[in-house]
Amino acid sequence: MSTAATTETKPAPTAIEKIKVKVDGREIEVPRLIADWSGKLTPTTMIQACELAKTEVPHYCYHPKLPVVGNCRMCLVEYGMPALGPDRKPVLNSDGTPKIAKMPRPAISCATPISPGMEIYTTTPAVKQMREGVLESLLINHPLDCPICDQAGECKLQEYSVDYGQSASRFVETKVHKPKAVDLGPRIMLDAERCILCTRCIRFTKDIAGDDALGIINRGSYNTIATFPGMPFDNNYTLNTVDICPVGALTSKDFRFKMRVWFLKETKSVCTSCATGCNVLIGSREDKIQRYTPRENDAVNGPWMCDAGRLNYKWIGRDDRLKDVLVRGQKTTWTAALNEISDKLKKSQAGSVAIVASARQTNEELWLISKLKSKLGAISDSVARVGESDKLLVSADKNPNTNGARLTGICFSEIGTSLPQIANGIASGKIKTLIVFGEDVTKHGIGADLLGKLDNLIVSDILPNATTKLAHYILPGCAHAEKRGSFTNTKGRVQKFMKAVEAPGDARAEWEFLHDLVFNVTGQDGFVTIEGLFNAMAADVSAFNGLTWATLGDTGVTVKI
Amino acid sequence: MAQEYKLILKYADEPGYTPDIECYLRHGGYDVLKKALALQPRDLPDGKKLSGPEQIREDVKISGLRGRGGAGFSCGLKWSFVDRKSGKPIYLICNADESEPGTFKDRQIMYKDPHQLIEGMAISCFANDVHLAYIYIRGEMVDGAKILNRALKEARAKGFLGKNILGSGYDLEMHVHRGAGAYICGEETGLIESLEGKRPYPRIKPPYFPAVLGLWMCPTIVNNVETLCNIKHIVAMGGAEFAKLGTPNNTGTRIVSLSGHVKRPGYYEIETGKATIGELISDPKFGGGLRDGRKLKAVIPGGSSAKVFKAGEKFKLKKKDAEGKEILVETDMLDLPYDFDSLAAAGSMSGSSAIIVMDDSTDIVEALANISEFYAHESCGQCTPCREGSLWMSKTLHRLTHGEGRAQDADYLVKIADNIPGGRTICAFGEACSWPVQSFVAKFKDEFVAKGAADEARRAKEVAAPVEQQALAAAHH
Repeated sequence: MSTAATTETKPAPTAIEKIKVKVDGREIEVPRLIADWSGKLTPTTMIQACELAKTEVPHYCYHPKLPVVGNCRMCLVEYGMPALGPDRKPVLNSDGTPKIAKMPRPAISCATPISPGMEIYTTTPAVKQMREGVLESLLINHPLDCPICDQAGECKLQEYSVDYGQSASRFVETKVHKPKAVDLGPRIMLDAERCILCTRCIRFTKDIAGDDALGIINRGSYNTIATFPGMPFDNNYTLNTVDICPVGALTSKDFRFKMRVWFLKETKSVCTSCATGCNVLIGSREDKIQRYTPRENDAVNGPWMCDAGRLNYKWIGRDDRLKDVLVRGQKTTWTAALNEISDKLKKSQAGSVAIVASARQTNEELWLISKLKSKLGAISDSVARVGESDKLLVSADKNPNTNGARLTGICFSEIGTSLPQIANGIASGKIKTLIVFGEDVTKHGIGADLLGKLDNLIVSDILPNATTKLAHYILPGCAHAEKRGSFTNTKGRVQKFMKAVEAPGDARAEWEFLHDLVFNVTGQDGFVTIEGLFNAMAADVSAFNGLTWATLGDTGVTVKI
Repeated sequence: MAQEYKLILKYADEPGYTPDIECYLRHGGYDVLKKALALQPRDLPDGKKLSGPEQIREDVKISGLRGRGGAGFSCGLKWSFVDRKSGKPIYLICNADESEPGTFKDRQIMYKDPHQLIEGMAISCFANDVHLAYIYIRGEMVDGAKILNRALKEARAKGFLGKNILGSGYDLEMHVHRGAGAYICGEETGLIESLEGKRPYPRIKPPYFPAVLGLWMCPTIVNNVETLCNIKHIVAMGGAEFAKLGTPNNTGTRIVSLSGHVKRPGYYEIETGKATIGELISDPKFGGGLRDGRKLKAVIPGGSSAKVFKAGEKFKLKKKDAEGKEILVETDMLDLPYDFDSLAAAGSMSGSSAIIVMDDSTDIVEALANISEFYAHESCGQCTPCREGSLWMSKTLHRLTHGEGRAQDADYLVKIADNIPGGRTICAFGEACSWPVQSFVAKFKDEFVAKGAADEARRAKEVAAPVEQQALAAAHH
């Protein structure tokens, strides 16, 4: 993980006083205050100290980004404090070390603040016994249906049972039966029997998503998560509850019964549904994407993402994807097509070429296009996509890389203002060649009539549309999940993403064929790898100066926009 | 000989005593509030002054008053924890959610002498700079809520509540809030959550100590009905005088709710520690003894969650001899003074001061099954050990009382119970549901084992019986 990314969102560590505690006999210095779920500095708790000491304390209800409720009791630990004499002064052992008085009762490490000299014991027989007790309690009424449960393989009940539980159950009574396959809302199913009532979903929905939609009904062992009658659980963040559910109680209707999670390859990527650029993991198997899950990045999305972005992946596997390189409708090879296009571009008159790039393209691709643009003296722009925003994550800008398009000089600060100029140029006959990337220009003021006037319409896209139908040259491109690259989000965070699946047919990453095209047209070379390309761009584009592909890390770096 | 000592219930049962304010005023009502409001600052040796409210708080400390709700925590100390520098309002809540099985003392006060509670509360509020107080009353006490609301209205009309009370410049408003009938609302932080309109899930402590982060995250005092009534008497007679009632560290009086197999079940107010359990059961002034021909089997000394005493059980209690030396004295369960400390020393508690007496007609397994069913039903279900453990124990006991027992169930029950108390749960309900099981099984293990073994033997016989007999038996069903 990039250090630049992790330090800049947290307060400077020197500002906070450090105190010494012992975790299982090892002394460690920890800050007296740590940011809580809401970002407010609050006294450091035992579980945070243990985490800093790299000591695992099993827990269910505790989540660093949610209010603490302390209900699961899995994180109970024993602890001791420096003993004080009647004079309120520390009592010392014969060797001069402070005498530690072990507390008679355990404490939940998630809610108990540390204090200087405190000793935390996470491996004592009593702690072991308490964990066994909690696990036994959680399992007695659990259906134990792991073989048909979607959570199997990423289930904390399974994991902790193996690590901290007992193998045999003493329970001989009948289990409590609760509702199963409850349709909580359009995207969420609840199996109340699997639920361990940690209330993470309730707290997330109320305190993070701001929708007091979930609650508990009934009492005691019959407690059940529920919505209000007639009020479906339907906000744009419901699927996060599936992520934070430590068991298989809440499942995604989109993903349930589709895939055992251990078959999934997880690829670090970025969501492209808006300019926020939530970090995601793409779960795929054999070149088919199965799900997105949010990947924690405190500078961007924390551990969350919206439902709309999460489910916006199905187009990537569509059957009507552009798979072939076509020249005037005839299938050909990349080499043949690129040579022909290169020849035409080299021979073109200055000012006779226009480029409509896409703010869905990567920084690297847009930079390569800018090289073509300057060589050809071309006019360029892109297309704005504006929608609704919310207070949490969703940006009104629906392009993932508007800032990249600006910083590489493809468009002005207001995107799309040059499109009428391009249309006029075509109409007047001045513009004879139009290169389009990933946009249907017929919807943006450059209609089929204008396109018909062009000598050369060169189009790279992923899915067919009205523009691709009229193209003289079709260059099939890749979805972000099928290539590597970087985007610059709405706040100037430059974030890279990795390739999860192979592109269909002859489709090829734009940066790869753009590199060939730029080399053919301008003679510029030296960046056949994505790393080399990014580094060359970073040296060239002032906003990216100093960045390298490696220093972007997994969570990106914020640049000045 | 042990005597009743009526302090709180001095007038409540007098013939003709009614809960209206006129009657209360005829009996000296609200005189103590007047006295409290008129307290003048007192000079201290160091030149500082002690304000009226501070004097009351000091008196409550001196009185040694301990909470009457169950835990027996020092009231003066509890008040001293209140964060008075937060700049936030301080609230006072009267815990009138009296729900512990066997307990019916607060009900007497509220139904028969509601103004005593209001006066005690008003003084307590004045002492703690509280301007808004709530009476959280158990949902089942429908009439109680009506009586209290009527009393509040009367007190407001007479100027004992509201703005500028009795010209003192002190403002206080008070409201009755009815619960919906959940035992857990008697837990002070569960009560606060309920009062805030939420599910009564007790809060974790730390950080949510009511004295600092209570109602609406403001400093809050939660006291029991009887405790708050005592405040009136402390101010009336002075803390030092009050401390002479009862026994050292167990001051004042207690209203004991006596129920079960005695001739005269009821409530009896005594000086704390001045009567023994045996006297409370047998003395003609109190329980009047067991029904004729019956022998004592067990006593639950402090509400159904307290650990049970077995008849004949003996404890070694620390006492001081004539020379002031500490010695251990063997004491029979019946000879235990009824106070906080003696019962704690004997491994149980006086809790809500409810004594449940069981004679030899009691099936002890059935008795425990009944108690456990109550706690399984009342567990709020917030934290794991109590939520799952309380129902598990109840199911086991149900099986054991319905012919499906096993000899091993006695040990099995204790193992389940052992997983619940001792700081593993958010609130003391964990103890409340597991202590009865632990103590009943420990002290009457032979009965649990015998019941389970008998069931096993019967089932073995059924299995071994020839098929025709089984068919015949089935036909008879």
